[in-house]
Parts: sequence; structure tokens; C-alpha cells
Amino acid sequence: MRSARLFPKQPAPSGLYQLVLLKFVRNRVALFGLCCLLLLLLAILFAPQVTPYDPIGKNTPERNQAPSRLHPFGTDKLGRDILSRVLYGGRVSLQVGFLSVGLAVIVSAPLGLIAGFFGGLADNAIMRVMDLILAFPGLILAIWLVSLLGSNINNVIIAIAFFSLPTFSRLIRGITLSIREMEYVMAARGMGAGSLRIMFFHILPGVLGPMIVLTTLGVSGAIVAGASLSFLGLGVRPPTPEWGAMLADGRNYLRTQWWMAVFPGMTITLVVLLLNIIGDALRDALDPNVRA
Amino acid sequence: MSQYILRRIAIAFPLILAVTTVVFVMLRVALPGDPAQIMAGDRASPEQIEIIRRKLGLDRPVVEQYLIFLRNFAGGDLGRSVKFREPVMGVIAQAFPFTATLTFLSVTVGTTIGLVIGIITAVYQRTWVDNIGIVLTVFFFSIPTFWLGLMLILIFSVGLRVLPVQGTGTWRHFVLPVTTLAVGQSALIARLTRSSMIEVLSTDYVRTARAKGLAQRRVLLRHALRNTLIPVITIVGLSVGGLLGGAVITESIFGLPGVGRLAIDAISNRDYPMIQGAVILVAASFVFVNLIVDIIYAFVDPRIRYA
Repeated sequence: MRSARLFPKQPAPSGLYQLVLLKFVRNRVALFGLCCLLLLLLAILFAPQVTPYDPIGKNTPERNQAPSRLHPFGTDKLGRDILSRVLYGGRVSLQVGFLSVGLAVIVSAPLGLIAGFFGGLADNAIMRVMDLILAFPGLILAIWLVSLLGSNINNVIIAIAFFSLPTFSRLIRGITLSIREMEYVMAARGMGAGSLRIMFFHILPGVLGPMIVLTTLGVSGAIVAGASLSFLGLGVRPPTPEWGAMLADGRNYLRTQWWMAVFPGMTITLVVLLLNIIGDALRDALDPNVRA
Repeated sequence: MSQYILRRIAIAFPLILAVTTVVFVMLRVALPGDPAQIMAGDRASPEQIEIIRRKLGLDRPVVEQYLIFLRNFAGGDLGRSVKFREPVMGVIAQAFPFTATLTFLSVTVGTTIGLVIGIITAVYQRTWVDNIGIVLTVFFFSIPTFWLGLMLILIFSVGLRVLPVQGTGTWRHFVLPVTTLAVGQSALIARLTRSSMIEVLSTDYVRTARAKGLAQRRVLLRHALRNTLIPVITIVGLSVGGLLGGAVITESIFGLPGVGRLAIDAISNRDYPMIQGAVILVAASFVFVNLIVDIIYAFVDPRIRYA
């Protein structure tokens, strides 16, 4: 009883992430963007339920139709409904976006942590390799990798992840460097924590915030990179719908069937825009200089 | 200063050497199939393949091949293109002006517009001007170049018929490709300038400049802009380096015979000397541009020299 009076109950301290969440939720544009993105993701996920059309099979009688109530995005030269193909195609594009960034984060997080934490030789070795990757032109490197490894979706994911490694590991290294010098890290060390423990339990949580921002922006970049590769004819093979491949197809019919190029591209732009808005809002929310 | 420049050059050269090594190894070791076989074609006899192999020096040990390759590279010889049957260097030299023009124009136009928008939105922070600016820049930042390119063709070439779709003949051919690349560039620079300017405007020295009664214009352009430009220079450098090899999509959409398209064609034709040459030159120019940027950087910001 006495101890209860000595230490009166205090309201739980709102942690950094609670604060960040609060700031994010107060940003109406970002919240709206998040809702739109979730709706779009649901539509893509449940494409078979949302659309009555087959995205792959021919439907010759309805070919080359301009947008109408039945086919809001029109149909292509084989009579396939473009809205259906855009929704099904989203599965491939989003898979490329999320998986490649996920892969890049998994590989570059330990690299960045090690480089920043240990410094010296490890830092030099890792960062020089990253400089080397960075020196290659990204898209050409990806095209080259895909043509070396074989043109399929997994290799597209690997190639995009590979050329995003430097961006992620540089960011993580930079933040690790600044956190390493903080007093609480020294305290942890003083209490006998080992390097691994400090890296993963004390530094990684601090890296997480900026990493989430970069991941969000990275996914939008990866979606565009994946679409660029299939726009150039690498990656998925027809008739599988994919946004970049649909655009490449529509490019040949710009004069007669404009809707074939307009709608897939509009969808990519929309997804990228939403991801960028959310990423920006997350960055603002994490920035202590920006008021809620 | 000269010491700093020397140190930067000392870092750049090993990087270029490493790039050439990686390209060499990737083409020799990581490649499925025999280059001589591929170059000779399917119907070549074993003797013909053997002749090509000897001509390319592929019959020698890999290390020796590598040393020969380095010696030739140092002398500006990157081998002969299989497809064009001409020296790789010459083919790239023909393509480079297109890419360089495209890069120079789009980065200049994009950066200028981006700077103006960035400064204006930073000065009118938290007003409707700023809000419109933020919306526009995030939108233009998000449009993928391949779609923007196609939409510009759809509007200006197919619809209004005022600009040519493809080709290189006149300046009019460059309007759409330059616009395609400049839009994204201006959005990138505007976003960066805005946040950098906002940070600089809240510093003490800017407050001092204002307190001593300087005109807003002078405070902005003489005091604040200089420090605002520091991060912008880096990104402009990265854009130049990136576009020199990365304008692949734009070059392909508008039929510009630049380096990016050359590289892509070489990859799909399995023209190995060409791939090797294009990738090495593009990577080397990227390293070179960044070297220049670092040196400019040291001029603009003395803190870097002494760090």
C-alpha cells in the first residue's frame, strides 16, 4: 500500500510510434490515400470476385471496344476486358513491388547494421561493394541480370532487389552510425550487452522508422521498375496480364485504341502516387521537426 | 583543395577498375554458353568457331584474357561489335551525343523549373500556393516515364499533330522526350529544394540577415539559396549520371538512337563486346559525373573539404 502512494500511477508514456501514428492519422490526405490504396488492394486481391470477365481467354465478338458501361476501360484486340486485366495484372505488379523491396530490406538491413556498427574494414568492404553496384546504371543492370538469369518474374524480383541494395544499406548504415554514439547504447554496453544484442535490440528499432518510409517509397519505385522491365519485353510472358506489358501492347495501338495504353498506365500512376503520399506522410510523422 | 580533389580521384579510379572487372567476369564466367559459338552462329563449323575463339583470344587463360582486355581498354579499344561489325567505341561515340543532349536539356529544364517551384513553395509555406505545389509535385513525381511519354505522344502527336512521334531530325523531335524526362526531374528538384529551403530559412543566419533589414529578395537569393543548393547539387549529379545510361525507356519510346537503347539492343542481340562497352562506359561516366559533383560540392561547401 505504501509503495503505491510513493509511486503514484502515471499515464503510460506515449511512445514514439504512438506519436507517429497520431501524426499520421491527423494527416487527412494521407489517411484518404491509405484508404484508397487498401480499396485498390482489395479489388486486386479479389479480382475473380470483382470482375465477371476472363482476363486471358479470347472474346473476339467484343474486341476493340471503347470504354463503355459494360467495359469501363474498354477491351483489347482479343476482346479481353481491360479493367479485368488491370486488376489481375496488379497481382503481378504488386508482387514484384513488395517482394523485391522485402528481399532488398532483408539483405541490406544486416549489411547496413554491420557496416555502421563495426565500422573499419567491414564498413569499407560492404560500402565499396554498394558503391560498385550503384555505379552500374540501374535499369540496364536489371535488364542484363534478367537476361542472364532467364526472363521470368522471380528473376525480375531478384534483379530489382539487387539494384536497390545500395539505397537501403546506405540509409541503414547512416542511421546506425548516429545511433551507435548515443548514450543509451553505451549504457547497454556497460550492462554487458553483446554486439549482436545491441545491433538488433537497441539499434534496429531506431532504424525502423526511416526504413518504413524508404520501404513505402521503395515499393512504388520497384513497381515502376518491374513495369519498365515488362514494358521492354522482359519478365512476364503474354497472355499473363501485367501493367507494363499491357502498356507496351497498347503503345502499338495509340492511334486507334487509346484506352489500351491510357488505363493500365493510369493505374500504375495511381498506385505509385498513393504509395508516395503515404510515404511522405510517414516521413513527416517521423520527423520531430514537423508538428502534428 | 587540391589534396581533396586528388583523394577523390584516387577513390574514383579503383571503382572504374572494379566495374570493368565485374563486367568482364560476368560476361566470361557467369554466362551460359560459349561466346565464340554464339558469335559464329548456329550453322558455323567447329573450325570457324575455333578461328573466332582464337581471334577473340578466348583460347588463352582467363587471367591473360583479362590483362589483354585491360590493356585494350586503357588504350580506348573496347573490341568490335558483333552486330555492327565496327569498333564498339565508334558505335557508342555515334550514340552518345543523342543521350548527352537529352540528358543535358532535360536536367537543365527540369532543375530550373524545380528550383523555382521549390523556392516559391518554401517561401509561401503552409499557404494555398504551397498546397498546390505539393499536390502537383507529388503527382508529377509519381508518373512513370513510360506512361508520360506515351501520353505526350497521344496528346501532341496523335491528337494535336503538332510534334513528331519518333526520330531525330530536328529540334522538334527533342521536345517530347525532353519534356518526358524534365517533368520527373522538376518534381524531384522541387520537393528537395522546398524541404532544404525550409530548413535553411529557419536558421539563425537567415534571421540575422532579415534582422539587419535586408530585402526579402536578397535574403532568399543571396543568403538562403546557397545553402539550399547543397543537397540539390548531389541529386542533380545523380540525375545526370543516371540519365546518361538510364534514359533507356525514353529513348526506346521516342526512337532516339542513344546509349541506353544501344545497350538494350546489345543485350537482346547477345552482342557481348557491345554490352561490355556500353555498360563500362555508362558506369564510368556515372563515376566521373559524381567525381565532378563532389569537387563542385567542396567548392560550394568548405566544410566538406576539411571534414
